[in-house]
Amino acid sequence: MADRRYIGVSHKRLEDRALLTGAGRFAADLSAPAQLHMRVVRSPVAFGRLRGIDAAAARRLPGVVVVWAFADVAHIPPIQIRLTKIGGLEPYQQTVLARDYVRYVGDPVAVVFAEDPYVAEDAAELVVPDIEELAPCICATDPPGEFMPATLPGVSTEVAVVRKSYGDLAAAFAAAHRVVELEVAVGRHTGVPLETRGALAEFDPASGVLTMRGAAKVPHYNRGQVARMLDMPDEMVHLIEGHVGGGFGVRGELYPEDVLVCHAALRLKRPVKWVEDRQEHLMATNHSRDQCYRLRAAIDARGFVLGLEAEIFSDQGGYVRTHGVTVPDLAAAMLPGPYVVPAYRANVHVRLTNKTPAGTYRAPGRYESTFARERLLDAIAHALGRDPIEVRRTNLVPRERMPFDRGIDTLGTRVVYDSGDYALLLDKLLAHLDYERLKAALAARRAAGERVGLGLGYFVEKSGLGPADKAVVSIDAAGTVEVVTGAASIGQGIETAMAQICAEVLQVPLERIRVVHGRTDRIDYGMGAFASRVTVMTGCAVQAAAEALREKLRAAPSGTPAAAEGWFRADHMTYPYGIHAAVVRLDPGTCAVHVERFVVAYDIGRAVNPMLVEGQIVGGAVQGIGGALFEELVYDENGQPLATTFADYLMPTLAEVPPIEALVTEDAPATQNPLGVKGAGEAGINGAGAAIAAAVDDALGRPGAVTRLPITPVRLHRLLAAGG
Amino acid sequence: MKPAPFRYDAPATLDETLSLLAEAGEHGKLIAGGQSLVPMMNFRLARPGRLFDLNGVAELDFMRVEGARLRIGALTRHAAFHRPPCEGPTGALLAEVVRHVAHYPIRQRGTFAGSIAHADPASEWCLVAATLDAEIVARSRAGERVIAARDFFVASLATALRPDELVTEVRLPVLGARWRTGFCEFARRAGDFAIAMSAVALRLDAGIVREARVGVGGVEDRPSRQPAAEQALAGRPVSPAALAEAADAAAREVKPMTDLHADAAYRRHLVRTTTRRALERAAA
Amino acid sequence: MSAPSDKHAVALEVNGREYRIAVEPRRTLADALREDCGLTGTHLGCEHGVCGACTVLVDGAPVRACLMLAVQAHGRPIRTVEGLAGMDGALHPLQAAFHEAHGLQCGFCTPGFLMLAVGVLEREPDIGDAALREILSSNLCRCTGYQNIVAAVRAGAARMRRSTGHG
Repeated sequence: MADRRYIGVSHKRLEDRALLTGAGRFAADLSAPAQLHMRVVRSPVAFGRLRGIDAAAARRLPGVVVVWAFADVAHIPPIQIRLTKIGGLEPYQQTVLARDYVRYVGDPVAVVFAEDPYVAEDAAELVVPDIEELAPCICATDPPGEFMPATLPGVSTEVAVVRKSYGDLAAAFAAAHRVVELEVAVGRHTGVPLETRGALAEFDPASGVLTMRGAAKVPHYNRGQVARMLDMPDEMVHLIEGHVGGGFGVRGELYPEDVLVCHAALRLKRPVKWVEDRQEHLMATNHSRDQCYRLRAAIDARGFVLGLEAEIFSDQGGYVRTHGVTVPDLAAAMLPGPYVVPAYRANVHVRLTNKTPAGTYRAPGRYESTFARERLLDAIAHALGRDPIEVRRTNLVPRERMPFDRGIDTLGTRVVYDSGDYALLLDKLLAHLDYERLKAALAARRAAGERVGLGLGYFVEKSGLGPADKAVVSIDAAGTVEVVTGAASIGQGIETAMAQICAEVLQVPLERIRVVHGRTDRIDYGMGAFASRVTVMTGCAVQAAAEALREKLRAAPSGTPAAAEGWFRADHMTYPYGIHAAVVRLDPGTCAVHVERFVVAYDIGRAVNPMLVEGQIVGGAVQGIGGALFEELVYDENGQPLATTFADYLMPTLAEVPPIEALVTEDAPATQNPLGVKGAGEAGINGAGAAIAAAVDDALGRPGAVTRLPITPVRLHRLLAAGG
Repeated sequence: MKPAPFRYDAPATLDETLSLLAEAGEHGKLIAGGQSLVPMMNFRLARPGRLFDLNGVAELDFMRVEGARLRIGALTRHAAFHRPPCEGPTGALLAEVVRHVAHYPIRQRGTFAGSIAHADPASEWCLVAATLDAEIVARSRAGERVIAARDFFVASLATALRPDELVTEVRLPVLGARWRTGFCEFARRAGDFAIAMSAVALRLDAGIVREARVGVGGVEDRPSRQPAAEQALAGRPVSPAALAEAADAAAREVKPMTDLHADAAYRRHLVRTTTRRALERAAA
Repeated sequence: MSAPSDKHAVALEVNGREYRIAVEPRRTLADALREDCGLTGTHLGCEHGVCGACTVLVDGAPVRACLMLAVQAHGRPIRTVEGLAGMDGALHPLQAAFHEAHGLQCGFCTPGFLMLAVGVLEREPDIGDAALREILSSNLCRCTGYQNIVAAVRAGAARMRRSTGHG
């Protein structure tokens, strides 16, 4: 009998039932007897010298147990950098409470523990920080200043310059037919999972074990960090993930609040619960994007880019958090995208400002760099009077050159595009769009007075970051299969995908498979869920474990319980790629941009579950449209954040988005893993800003008009007023 | 984001409510739908010492036409306008405007009169009240007074109401069949606060505008009639040129505020658009 | 005279069951459902009425539970996501439709969308497409991009009509 296929099937999700019936267990849903509630007191000013904390009134409030300031937690080391650790960043790490300075509105200065969350909030209002205000820096292109002038003299707010280069750039410019330059910027966005952060920490004096629930993304790494910071052995600390209401990069990193709840549970000998509110979330959880690109391209007469020079400014906010220089590093490494670009040099100025610290948000460094690069390709096309599609074709890495070694590293691995047929995907997209007819239809509408336009953004993604992942697959006497992984679930459907991979090997129905993730007490190794890595890395580990189990079972009588372990290791990432196409209509009367059509063409290598892939793409695209047109974390000149509510940080509703068309192809399976899979998480968002900007240009009839995202009505009004 | 403490009373009658208001003075606050007040309390931007819940005061739950007036009681929810509450252009206007008032679940609880008393510059109902010259009926233990909309809205979130007064009803004119109404709003997203909006009513006679009411909201600190725009229309045939002139006049006369979502120049531009489109809808 | 922190006795009738609780007047209905009744399926995503994750039915109408005080819900019939599935565990037609149409990812917004849709469809089983989309724009979802939610609600509406003998 032929094996039943599980991989490649749009199986309905195993995760859904609990979530549909209200039985989900999100962080705020957890409680423990006699728990205390934590509330963080945050800096109301962007930059200043912290002279003291007056908590006397708060301490007197009935129901308040204790109020801590820095002195109470001075022994806890600052939060370390998890990714892209480079030398010299240590002074910029954030302590769990501010010591001498506050560096953004929202910087934790004190923390209140009370019997009731309402009382904790009452008390937090009564804590008065004494802050001598200083002039804030809110723009990364301004000259750098001092990080903490009095206590760390001479420590610059330019924390690093990330440099990446290859090829002979001087020769490229010397040989150039023309040089095309531009400056573009992407505003500040953040992931905004619909569930805010939260945690419940409990210390069990009987076993000596500290448990924190509400973990996400990287539980194993964070467990090690919490243990180190609180001076405990790793095995006495457990982080457990329940349901997670979205991640998008921002959730699940180690933040001051995670350490504070754990420390408080230890010290106060009571369970401690913390639930972030939405206003806090928008000023405390990582921000992202906020980059400015100055690009110079040396081109030949066809528009082929001979050399590209990039000066990039990346606004990291108040401190260097767990991501170190990840976002700048990825921005520089992925800026050349799908194009050959024989010579390249990028300098990324990683600068601190007095805004919320920044980290990753879905397609970090790529939403921005794709926007910049695709703006450049459009500018080149315009400079030469060529069709933007043709200029892209001229520059695409040809299939024959795969695997294509970019000649630079990122995240500690060499950038080698493992497989791809970029021209083929472009052909398929154009066929899907019926490109020539669509162009003609838009031209006819423009001639009739409508402001409509079409734009494209081509990108290469990365996925499957190593170095390794582990899985344990077991079967009990009743035939129930358990898959234990060190992955994390942030809503992507990984239980279903992992079960499908396991089922394909063991040929058991999905309903008999249970998938465990996000528990440091069930498996000793795990890398979590980020950088579109789970399906590739964890998926291949599950496959290996299931295969090992199958071998064991071959020799055993039916009904024998057994377990097997599997590992997958990868030195290189795998590189999916895609194109976004947008059709927009401008309303000159309101200066609104209406997205009429949005297409994502994406080669995933091989899809484990096409339904889940499409779900990732559609959801990502809507976030991308949000970043292109609506979402921005604006600050005033005093460094006050102006978008700290959902009435001001504008995520798209159903009414703002068109149906998203996903054109998923499997033309270039990954060569780095046995499943041939590539990641899907960032496919939908990557090129959205680029495509919509180009479409708005086209509708305006002014190539290069859009230089900044989001394209808000105010910005479009200025463009229209300037150009008629 | 939890409200600060307050004392709570749920009076059953209007008299009881008025006594509570008189007793509490500045510390008292009424809650009806609570859809503007509770968010402000959750942010602790509003922290009333005492909260008086109107929802049990059955005598305030009414809406009816009397003579040429639509009387909207203090407990009439936004959702009551999903269908026209009266015949003719007034009912049609209200049913059109309600689709812009926040979102469906908010409209189930929020009240018309509560919006009037809250006096948010971006409130659609405040604009309608200003445009149609609504009468706002205020009661206190001292008695009842009727305040004209033009005197009622004083500034952003500020009205002519005294702390011991309560809006018991709002009266709108039921416009006759010769009237035509139109409305146009621009907000960043569906259900968001208006950045600019216009409400208009035109009395036509054989294609000639005999009387024009042009109101603009979301632009200044309170909704306003636009006399220059109204004059640009009065006595003229409804023509694209007349409508455009009126829209230009409104855009010229407003003194727009600047906030996160719009600067003054853009708001002015929007006023031209919303006024023109509202007029076009009325004239259609 | 009472102090602000004095608790009021409140009887909430949730999913047909009565909960007698004592709460400060400032306690929101959402917190009362979650903390006092133990019904944590009603989620809080913003606490200022924008996201809609806390949408529940009060007197049959979908409302934001974060914008209503628990004392205001005294004696009123309330329905939450926990009351949708049958006693036998059978999913409500809308729940089943969300599963089949992949109308959820992280699931945090799902209870709010379900209650919004149930509230609307029970009152207007034959609601038109444009009106339905307008109402579904009341709530935020950050994962799905909405199109599968719309598909799920449409499919669920058809099933609800069949199961109640409409159309």
